[in-house]
Amino acid sequence: MSAPSTQPTDAAPVLSIDGLTVALPAWSDRPHAVENLSIQIRRNEVLCVVGESGSGKSVMAKSILGLLPAPHVRVTAGRIAFEGEDLLQVAPERLRAVRSGRISMIFQEPMVALNPLMKVGRQVDEVLQVHTDLSARARRERVLGLFDDVHLPEPARIHGSYPHQLSGGQRQRVMIAMALALEPALIIADEPTTALDVTTQAQILSLLKELQGKHGTAVLFITHDFGVVAEIADRVAVMRHGRLIEQGDSAPVLRAPREPYTRDLVAAVPSLIPRHPDPAAVDDHVLAVRALSKTYGGRSSFLGVRSRGVEAVRSVSLEVPRGRSVALVGESGSGKSTLARCIVGLEQPDSGAILLDGQDIAGLSRAALRPYRHLVQMVFQDPFASLNPRQRVGDIIALGPTLRGVPRDVAWDRARELLDMVGLQREAVGRFPHEFSGGQRQRIGIARALAMDPKLIIADEPVSALDVSVQKQVLDLLDELRLELGLSMLFITHDLRVAAHVCEEIAVMRRGEIVERGSTARIFAAPAHEYTRALLDSVPGKGWEH
Amino acid sequence: MKSFWARFLGNPRVLAGIAWLLVVAVVAVFAPLLAPVDPFEIVDKPFLVPSGDHLFGTDSLGRSIWAGLAHGARTTLIIAIVATLSAVAFGAVVGALAGYHGGLVDDALMRITEFFQTIPSFIFAIVLVAILAPSATSLVVAIAVVSWPPIARVVRGEVLSVKSREFVQAAVIAGQGDTAILLRQVIPNTLSPLIVTGSLLVATAILTESALSFLGLGAPNLMSWGFMVGAGRSFLRDAWWLVTIPGVAILLTVLAINLVGEGLNDALNPRLADV
Repeated sequence: MSAPSTQPTDAAPVLSIDGLTVALPAWSDRPHAVENLSIQIRRNEVLCVVGESGSGKSVMAKSILGLLPAPHVRVTAGRIAFEGEDLLQVAPERLRAVRSGRISMIFQEPMVALNPLMKVGRQVDEVLQVHTDLSARARRERVLGLFDDVHLPEPARIHGSYPHQLSGGQRQRVMIAMALALEPALIIADEPTTALDVTTQAQILSLLKELQGKHGTAVLFITHDFGVVAEIADRVAVMRHGRLIEQGDSAPVLRAPREPYTRDLVAAVPSLIPRHPDPAAVDDHVLAVRALSKTYGGRSSFLGVRSRGVEAVRSVSLEVPRGRSVALVGESGSGKSTLARCIVGLEQPDSGAILLDGQDIAGLSRAALRPYRHLVQMVFQDPFASLNPRQRVGDIIALGPTLRGVPRDVAWDRARELLDMVGLQREAVGRFPHEFSGGQRQRIGIARALAMDPKLIIADEPVSALDVSVQKQVLDLLDELRLELGLSMLFITHDLRVAAHVCEEIAVMRRGEIVERGSTARIFAAPAHEYTRALLDSVPGKGWEH
Repeated sequence: MKSFWARFLGNPRVLAGIAWLLVVAVVAVFAPLLAPVDPFEIVDKPFLVPSGDHLFGTDSLGRSIWAGLAHGARTTLIIAIVATLSAVAFGAVVGALAGYHGGLVDDALMRITEFFQTIPSFIFAIVLVAILAPSATSLVVAIAVVSWPPIARVVRGEVLSVKSREFVQAAVIAGQGDTAILLRQVIPNTLSPLIVTGSLLVATAILTESALSFLGLGAPNLMSWGFMVGAGRSFLRDAWWLVTIPGVAILLTVLAINLVGEGLNDALNPRLADV
């Protein structure tokens, strides 16, 4: 963990929020998004506001800049004092001036925040043009200087590029350059690294920290990730249901939280210490993938235009030993999901073999594949998209078995047992998916996979869309069920903490190839490949163990 | 979040629309009781002003306008609803197949759809009725043929977005066949936009039917609102009620359907209605 700044910060806060209350429209599940919230941010300080989804942290940030979706969501009480003014009282023109000049914002998704039809240099230039009297040449110098500041390679080339020509990390650097352009007193960063890969996230976090130190800016950093907090925060404020639960210097809050809620949240962050002991070598493989390749695209369209293919998976070989859990770790675009889709038969591989219990299922048609479907089942990433909103939970779980000829009432009885097993009530069979929370939906997804009595479960990022506290529960459930039922699991994730929690073996994937494989304990203790080392180094909050 | 029905029926514009449509429906269903004469029968002197004897007066031949209006409501509504149902059924099948199968099937079906869209729809409808000879059936066919392409496009778009959702992949992994996936998993999730587009299509169908009847291309032995407007148009200065009364009936009915359709849209997509 980076040492929290111990030098005395300027006493007067840059931003002081007192008793802020934001009302939600009448049809919401609670009356206030934010309730009686008071926080202060001083110069040269990073304040992390942490909370789960629905905690009101983003609404709080938006109310500072007057960006609430009026008239439904509005501030009903409180003061937001910034440089001697109450931002809730000032005229719209004044707020606009403050918004770009003195306070700037960095968003989660830089691709959406940047105008896709405008060169990025021009977009930063525009900020200077509106707010300063600099000449065109001076502005160009300044923009290039800013790009250099945020460590963009070849600033001159980037200056003339469009957003789609840059990588996600580069786009976020452009956003940071834009935020810094007018030397603001406060930067509000709303989950600025959530959409980025881990290695990129680590670079952006260290860049933010470096620039913040250099310019003495105050940073209000909103995140759900305690690893990120440990990496960057000087002080932490924990929010829940719109209320401030706890605030204080980051080290004490992270190591010894006072409030039970904070304690639960911190305890829910999976540890980086592998949980499962080094397994004995096994020769019996449930799944063996041999030299599998898959290229997307290359199809000629109606008008005969042929697009170049993308090699998503390149000659990958991988085994899942019986009763083991193997993590497939990689960043976005590494081909890990494509590999999983080939194994469950959602994609046809171009070449190679997929031996499922000794039977090669690669290249089988959908009809020929049907007898083997039950052997491998999948748990999906998005708990909201993976359950048909118009079907009852019982029908969702019983679908596979009834297609295999199990009578409906038998399948429904089994569905009730499975719901019990995954920690839901048996009565849930008659309800619809929208009546459940994200974590509960994911449990239903697990019950659906188990209904087929599979030998292998493929879990594709099953917890990445869930809140931390729920994440832990779902991971523990998967782990218990696997050991109890003797299942094997291929667990796809980008998060090494999660991998360390539930898997005995890890395979690291990059650009369609597996670069390193080994037991979790060995990979964490002695990573052999440089990319594995880079991934391990990038885990946010790696030095922090609670 | 309020329920669908609370949002739908809590909207005063929807209530106004439903009220008018109920009136029209009751009149259409009970036309033989409410106006127990043949609408083509001469009941009195021509050009009688609306009065106690004849609620809406008589036309240039002495036929009762009230009887025409009541029986015309039947014709207009039946033709519009049957035509819309046919268009929705056909368009939905084309759109669902194109969206679900993609590739060449999609290319072929969408090019056919575009072919129909490039022909000006009213002229196309006139040509169809002229070829098929004017009758209630040919009106239904003509209106359905010119109205299905937008339905096909809406359904295709919805199917494209629904089929990429993970629950469809889950059904594939469970071993469900294509037809069953399309019918059980995909189509039920495309219903809301289909219902909205379909309900608005009824209004367009009424306008098309009236326009065709106005031009004398309607069903020959059936009284309809468009025919009444067409027959009375030369007496607009002398006997305003001949044209105005059926014209206002068309206007109010189309308006009511649009109000209800938009109310459906707002109630089915509450997030959109807020913006």
